[in-house]
Amino acid sequence: MALRKFLGGIVLLAAAGAGAFYFITAPQRLPAETWASAGEPDLANGERIFNAGGCASCHAAPGAGEAERLVLAGGLALKSPFGTFHAPNISPDETAGIGGWTLAEFGDAMKRGTGRRGEHLYPAFPYASYARMTVKDIGDLYGYLKTLPKSASVPPGHDLPFPFNMRLLLGGWKFLYLNEAPRVTLADADETVKHGQYLAEGPGHCGECHTPRDVLGGLKTDQWLAGGPNPEGEGRIPDITPVEGKFGDWSAGDIAGYLETGFTPDFDSVGGAMVAVQKNMARLPKEDREAIAAYLKAVPAR
Amino acid sequence: MKFRTLAVAAALAVIGAGVVAAADEPQVVRQGMMKKMGGAAGALAGIAKGEKPYDAEIVKASLSTMVEVAKTFPDQFPAGSETGHETEASPKIWEAMDDFKAHAAKLGADAGAALADLPADQAAVGAALKTIGADCGGCHEVYRIKK
Repeated sequence: MALRKFLGGIVLLAAAGAGAFYFITAPQRLPAETWASAGEPDLANGERIFNAGGCASCHAAPGAGEAERLVLAGGLALKSPFGTFHAPNISPDETAGIGGWTLAEFGDAMKRGTGRRGEHLYPAFPYASYARMTVKDIGDLYGYLKTLPKSASVPPGHDLPFPFNMRLLLGGWKFLYLNEAPRVTLADADETVKHGQYLAEGPGHCGECHTPRDVLGGLKTDQWLAGGPNPEGEGRIPDITPVEGKFGDWSAGDIAGYLETGFTPDFDSVGGAMVAVQKNMARLPKEDREAIAAYLKAVPAR
Repeated sequence: MKFRTLAVAAALAVIGAGVVAAADEPQVVRQGMMKKMGGAAGALAGIAKGEKPYDAEIVKASLSTMVEVAKTFPDQFPAGSETGHETEASPKIWEAMDDFKAHAAKLGADAGAALADLPADQAAVGAALKTIGADCGGCHEVYRIKK
């Protein structure tokens, strides 16, 4: 009798716990007024953010060359320890893409990883970095995306084994890892470094590759930009903190030059997944590359 | 005493032979070729950035080096050289050897075209380097694994 009561109590507690989990980790939306300040989209800035954010690198069709780079048909497979993701169609097609989305819905996806139907999005889409973007930049980006060619392509869904196919659990992931806090505290950061911090930690999402991850796939922020195994499989991603004798020997000019040309100080050439990133960096205004370089000289060496 | 000298000499000879033998290993040869490529790119970049004065001889020599390297580079990837000597070669090279060779051929063609129509000033050198740099990155994107 007492055992039954005890077990009943456990079940009740578990239910209450699950309910609390569900309530606390439910997909969030930003208040609607947030987007009022976005104003008329500045398409030139939107294009700049598009390049800084590397949207085409994941959302263009697989194998798309320079010419088709702006057709965001989706379909690229992203392998991970949790299964294989397929990038969705984010062209302005009203049926197959995001043409029917409001700015608020786009912004909630970018800053809170919340989908249009109120579902959690997988953090393979790096909203954990994009969360740091300003309302204006997101508004400009969305305006720019709407000018791009439409695609009717319907890419495959994600290929994830149980339990990773349960979007509900992403609420827990977000509870642990989604925030807008600066990744590093930089005392006496000047405007250039602060600008670089915004670009690198926000749209640039450098840390998503350059910071090692824990078993749940969250970033180990105490090793910010310290490199680690390539999340897409082979080889290593370099440490880009200013370690003496290594990356610390690069000057800010060397870093900005590399982002512009793909050549290292001893004229090795960029390779692997960084090639697409460097091509996007080369499209940015000079000041943006210099700001990122200044930031990389300022972060703690790991 | 004599025996010890002999033993040391023998040991050094073996080590020396090992070093010399390693120098012929394709992994080592191809790494050297890439270093040469980098040196040539560096010479061109110095001119392109305005750090060094334009010098037609240097431009010619650098582009010639690139043409040379591109010609014989794919030959340094025989079966059996997939690993060893800290090679950063991706297994994909042997899975798609034709495409790999095509990348080398493109680099050779672009450097050759620049050599035939020699860039005459800082700006032209910069333009040539941009084209060639894209060839470097295009191959490294698929066929080199950073270790």
